[in-house]
Amino acid sequence: MATLEILKYPDPRLKQESVEVEHFDDDLQRFLDDLEETMGDGPGAVGIAAPQVGRFQRIAIVDISSKPKLVNHGRMFLINPEIVEWDGLAVGREGCLSVPDYTGNVVRAERIKLRYLDRDGNEIEIDTEGYEARAVQHEMDHLDGMLFVDRVVSRRHDLFRRKHYKQRGER
Amino acid sequence: MQHWYMLTLVGHDQPGIVARVTAALFEAGANLGEASMMRLGGEFTIMLRARYDGGVYALRGHLEPIADALGLHLHVDACDGEPQGHVEPDVRISVSGADRPGIVSEVAGALAEAGFNILELESDVAGSADKPIYLIHIEGEARQGSDALEAALAPLRDKGVDVSMQPIELMVG
Ligand SMILES: [Zn+2]
Repeated sequence: MATLEILKYPDPRLKQESVEVEHFDDDLQRFLDDLEETMGDGPGAVGIAAPQVGRFQRIAIVDISSKPKLVNHGRMFLINPEIVEWDGLAVGREGCLSVPDYTGNVVRAERIKLRYLDRDGNEIEIDTEGYEARAVQHEMDHLDGMLFVDRVVSRRHDLFRRKHYKQRGER
Repeated sequence: MQHWYMLTLVGHDQPGIVARVTAALFEAGANLGEASMMRLGGEFTIMLRARYDGGVYALRGHLEPIADALGLHLHVDACDGEPQGHVEPDVRISVSGADRPGIVSEVAGALAEAGFNILELESDVAGSADKPIYLIHIEGEARQGSDALEAALAPLRDKGVDVSMQPIELMVG
């Protein structure tokens, strides 16, 4: 196993779109082990995506089990993940291994139905929500060459207003 | 030697303020740090940190012609600190209620008593003109824990102020 180097913004490779995994071979298994070790090496990271270490395949790991009070599915190896349904919106604070010393509020779907292949190529479908759903969406953004810094919102101009209009309409 | 300065510029909103102020700073050889720029009522407000290789008067001298032309009040202070090393908020508080005198001070007073350090506060007046409502969003550090915070906010709820408190769980991935 080895710790891989994490690409840091503004490395243009972070904007590259990743391609689907086709072969579940030894090379993939070795890479997953390395990616896992790299995630564990980062400061408090609950997820990592393959393009963050310069491998442009649709692979990510999410593991929020360090927050046992929150809905979680343990350590998930997400290969070719796809959100098939989503519902609700929530604001939460995010940071990224590829963007040191910056955090910001991002709007994500509150609940998602996620379909993916595990590390052996078995198709899995789960429903998740909240923090775990946020982590999954953050990692899936990396697979599309998208960083959370492009999604940071000001509450003043987003949920703030939306809530207010709703209240007005209710009157 | 490079110093950090805090610049404050406030005046009637009009197109081009940000472009002209930042162009003047760029031409003066200043580098921008963190900034907050927003419209409050009909005024446009800029608070920004800039690093500049000279003194307060020289920096003022670069900005004064622009500030005068745009009708902006200008203030320049020396300040410390690198832009990196951010403090992370751990609690988000939302407050809303019928607008009345003293609401912000009551909330801020209760928070201070509970050892809460405000890192960011945004507030707005909404609703109709005859029935205004006040909305406040606050992020900060609950230095004495969330129980102390809950206890301090309870009296506000009894007065009909809607207060909600959520822990901020930073997600890094
Ligand atoms: Zn990330």
